[in-house]
This record gives sequence, structure tokens and C-alpha cells, in this order.
Amino acid sequence: MEIPALDDASLSAIWLTLKLASITTVLLLLLGTPIAWWLARTRSRLKGPIGAVVALPLVLPPSVLGFYLLVAMGPNGPVGQLTQTLGLGVLPFTFAGLVVGSVFYSMPFVVQPLQNAFEAIGERPLEAAATLRAGPLDTFFTVVLPLARPGFVTASILGFAHTVGEFGVVLMIGGNIPEKTRVLSVQIYDHVEALEYAQAHWLAGGMLLFSFLVLLVLYASPLRQGWRG
Amino acid sequence: MNNNLSGIHAQLRLAHPGFALDVDVKLPGRGVSALFGPSGSGKTSCLRCIAGLERSSTGTLVVNGDCWQDSSRQWFVPPHQRPIGYVFQDANLFAHLSVKGNLEFGMKRVPAQDRRVVWNQAVELLGIEHLLDRMPERLSGGERQRVGIARALLTSPRLLLMDEPLAALDVKRKQEILPYLERLHDELDIPLLYVSHAPDEVARLADHLVLLDEGQVVAQGPLHETLARLDLPTAFGEDAGVVIESEIAGHDTDYHLTRLTFQGGDVLVAQRSESVGHRLRFRVHARDVSLTLERAEGTSISNLLPVRVAEVVTADTPAHVLVRLDAQGTPLLARITRRSADQLGVTEGKALWAQIKTVALLG
Repeated sequence: MEIPALDDASLSAIWLTLKLASITTVLLLLLGTPIAWWLARTRSRLKGPIGAVVALPLVLPPSVLGFYLLVAMGPNGPVGQLTQTLGLGVLPFTFAGLVVGSVFYSMPFVVQPLQNAFEAIGERPLEAAATLRAGPLDTFFTVVLPLARPGFVTASILGFAHTVGEFGVVLMIGGNIPEKTRVLSVQIYDHVEALEYAQAHWLAGGMLLFSFLVLLVLYASPLRQGWRG
Repeated sequence: MNNNLSGIHAQLRLAHPGFALDVDVKLPGRGVSALFGPSGSGKTSCLRCIAGLERSSTGTLVVNGDCWQDSSRQWFVPPHQRPIGYVFQDANLFAHLSVKGNLEFGMKRVPAQDRRVVWNQAVELLGIEHLLDRMPERLSGGERQRVGIARALLTSPRLLLMDEPLAALDVKRKQEILPYLERLHDELDIPLLYVSHAPDEVARLADHLVLLDEGQVVAQGPLHETLARLDLPTAFGEDAGVVIESEIAGHDTDYHLTRLTFQGGDVLVAQRSESVGHRLRFRVHARDVSLTLERAEGTSISNLLPVRVAEVVTADTPAHVLVRLDAQGTPLLARITRRSADQLGVTEGKALWAQIKTVALLG
């Protein structure tokens, strides 16, 4: 059987997916770092509830998360009302909406490795830094971030890979609009629905290989190792 | 101590579950002060409070005229704004930085005009020139501790705090570091507050002693006075004894002996390499001092001193008493059996001879 090259629809789905995953990962590192730091350090009673909320996407069916996001961001939802007031329109069925959905969906995959890394650092390097004249913010950037490097590598890879593999949330809030919200996983679904198995194979096989390589990097890379001199 | 302007005055309280620290400590603004006591006595907590690492502590802390903490005014200078150097028990070096990076970390955060300890001085004093490019993981325990001390010194602290810097090291490594600490004492004019539970280290290094037990100050004062006090619970136990500052008076090359002289007399020790006039500190354990009524003849013990009994108290066992002796101004302690004390008629003011079996030289 002759294997056809990737069609334009597939290529644009790949591009859209990579764009979505990259933007989501960057946003998650920015948002997730303070959340993870707070969760790792706080003695507040809110630690339990907030940690649980962050972890929810791990166990919720994506359709449930997608449904509530759709309602919240829709024309009558609280987020939708806000975005409309700000003149941004409504987010569902837009790329921006997908980014918002992905940030929620992949949040635990970024926050938890970071939180673990921060907790593993412990109090002692912070105390050493304080006795060496470094203020809290200074210490965070010059001691905590470098020491948490393995956690950041893990968080970035998991956040990116998990967003690439997103399906349920995308369908619920993004639908299936070519070049806007039709990402890889949805494209594969379309190919299969249309009985275009060869195209589906290309993409599905590619995803399989990509996921394997990502996990291989994660489990074998020296980047994840701590500071061993 | 120049009342408030020089020295440390700490009135601090700290409550943790199962432990309470409540101390009022006055320390001189120079030399080495030791916080001494058994583990769990609050030595480290006290040091951490002075460093500002225990945020929940309350009270007042004034160092060389600067108020670092006054809970009644909600005043608390955070640790990174206190001009201290802190040496942790296990060095606590940054794992992600080389030795050089660790040393520079504190130094570059101190404004150039405030740097009184220069790079070469610290690096040479601690003998770590050859380690600069190494990562902490590749250092031995003793090397790590030396880097930790140099790192603290390079912030040009006005007060150096050391939390049992030798506790995690074996005897050999301790011997490796102690000379560096003595050089610190001799060469740098930075007051040092040193936490230890090892009587030898304290006797060797300290000028001033604070005895802690169960979070309370039991005694504090100049080392030789505090060590010779008998009213203290037996913090040193079997190790009770005094420390005497002496000077080398001469060498006997025939017998390979060195004569050390001090206020109350002189003692002979195995020959030393230092020249006449060199100052040496030595320690006399109470258990190594015996008492006779007359100057003993025909004994192998050559170190005999005329003394007068100052005080007698019960020792750590009911079978023994501790006798505080006055050797013409120098205090000595003797630990003898109660039976011997009764037979000799040891009472306050009685003139006796002290035989010193062993002298432990410090340094």
C-alpha cells in the first residue's frame, strides 16, 4: 500500500497543536511556579483545598472539565460576561479559549512536579542564603530556581506532552474548526470517522513516537538529575 | 564589656512543642564565646534566634549597640539584613554552585566598601585555594566545613555564629579544622559565638562561656572562672576541670620536657616545639588532681603546687567530692573520694599540696 504524504489539514493540525502546547506550557510555568511555591511553603488551612482543586483534572473526565469551562466562558457565564465587558467577545470555539482550557487541564502536570521539587529543597538552603545577605526574592531566583531545575524540566515536558494529547476538553470548548481549534487528536478522530486510516496512521503513529520520546527523555535524561558536580 | 555599645545582650524566648528557650545572655563584643550544654539544651535554638532564623522568638536582642529585635516594638531585623556570618553544623553549602560560587554568593551581596575580609585572606586562612573549582559534592566533610567558614567570613560579618561546626566530623577531621579556628581567633578581630557540646573544643577555643540546660542559662562568665565554679550542675560530669593560660618558661633538653609557667606556679610537660614566651592553654581535669598534706617526696608525679581549699561540694556521685582550690590566684578543681576528704580534713582555708597527674595541652 502506498502511504500518502500528510495532507494540508494534518499539517495545520500539527502546527496548531505545537502552538497550543507551547503557549500553554509557558503560561503554566508562569502561573504554576507561584502556585507550587505557595503550596510547598504554606501552613495555611487552604493548602489542602487548593491542592485538591489543582489536582482535579487528574481524575475528572475531560468532558466534565470542558463542560464547566464552556458554561463559564459562554455568553451567560461569569467569565464570558467579563470577556464581553472587556470587549474580547466570548472564548469558546476560539484558539484563546483552547489555551484557557489547556491551562486548567494540564495544571497538575506542571504544579505537582514543581511543588515536589520545591519541597525537596527544604528550609536549609534558604537559611544559608538568608545568612549570606540574600533577601527572599533574591534567594528564590538564585537558589530555589537552580536547585529546582529537575522539577522544571519534568514540569515543562509533562505540561507540553499532556497538552499535545488533549482531546475531550478541546472538543467541548473548541469544537472542530480547521486552523483554529482542530488540533491533532481531533484531526485523528476526523480521519478515522472518514475512514482515512492511512492519514490516521501517520498522525497516530507520530503521536505514539513523540510520546515515547518525551517519556524517554523524562526517565533517562541527565537534565533531570540533581546537581552532582 | 563596654555596657551596651560593645557586646551582645540577648533576652530571648522561643516556644516549640516540647521545648522552651528562655535566656538572658550577655556576651563580650570580642573573642570567642561558647554556648555549651548537653543536646537539647537550647544552644542551637539560641544561636538561631540571634541569627534571626527563628521568626517566632520574642524578646530583645542588641548587638554592638544595634537593636536587631525588640518584640515590644514589633521590631525584627530579618536575617539577611543582620551583619552576621553563620556556619552550619554540616556546612550547608549550595549544591548548585562550585566552591568559588559558594564563596562569592555572600561576598558579592556585601557593598564593596564594607568588605573587610578580603578574598585571599579567607581562602588562605582556611587553606582552600585548591578546591575553588570543585562542586560541594566532591568535598570531604572537613573541606566542606572549611568552605562554609570561609563563605561566612567573606561577608565580613560583625559577628560570627558557629553551630557545632565540628560535630559532624571524625576526630581526624576535627584536628584538621581546629587550627583554622584558632587562627580565626588569633588573626581576625571578629567576635565569635560558638555552639558546642564537646568540653575539649570549648576549653581550647573559648574565652567566655555560657552554660545552658533545658533552655535556661545555668551560668555565664569568663571561661576560667565559670569552669571552676562548683555550684553548677555537673555539666561536664567526669570532665570537670579548669583551663589555665600559661607561657613557656624554658625547655629541658636532657629530659625532653618543657616548663610552663602561670600565676599559681609552673608545670612540666613533654617537650614542645614552640619557643620560650609562647602562650599555651592547658586543661587540668579534676579527676587528675590529688591532694596531700605535705609536699610529697618519692612520687613519680613531678607537678606539685601549694594550694588552699576554697570550697568543697558533693560531686556527681555520692562517693566523691569536688574541691575548689586556690593556687595563688589560679583556680584548680580536684575530684577526690569523700573518704579521702575526711581523712585529710579538707575544709575551707586548709593549706594542702595538689599533685597534678596529667596536663592536657590545648593547641
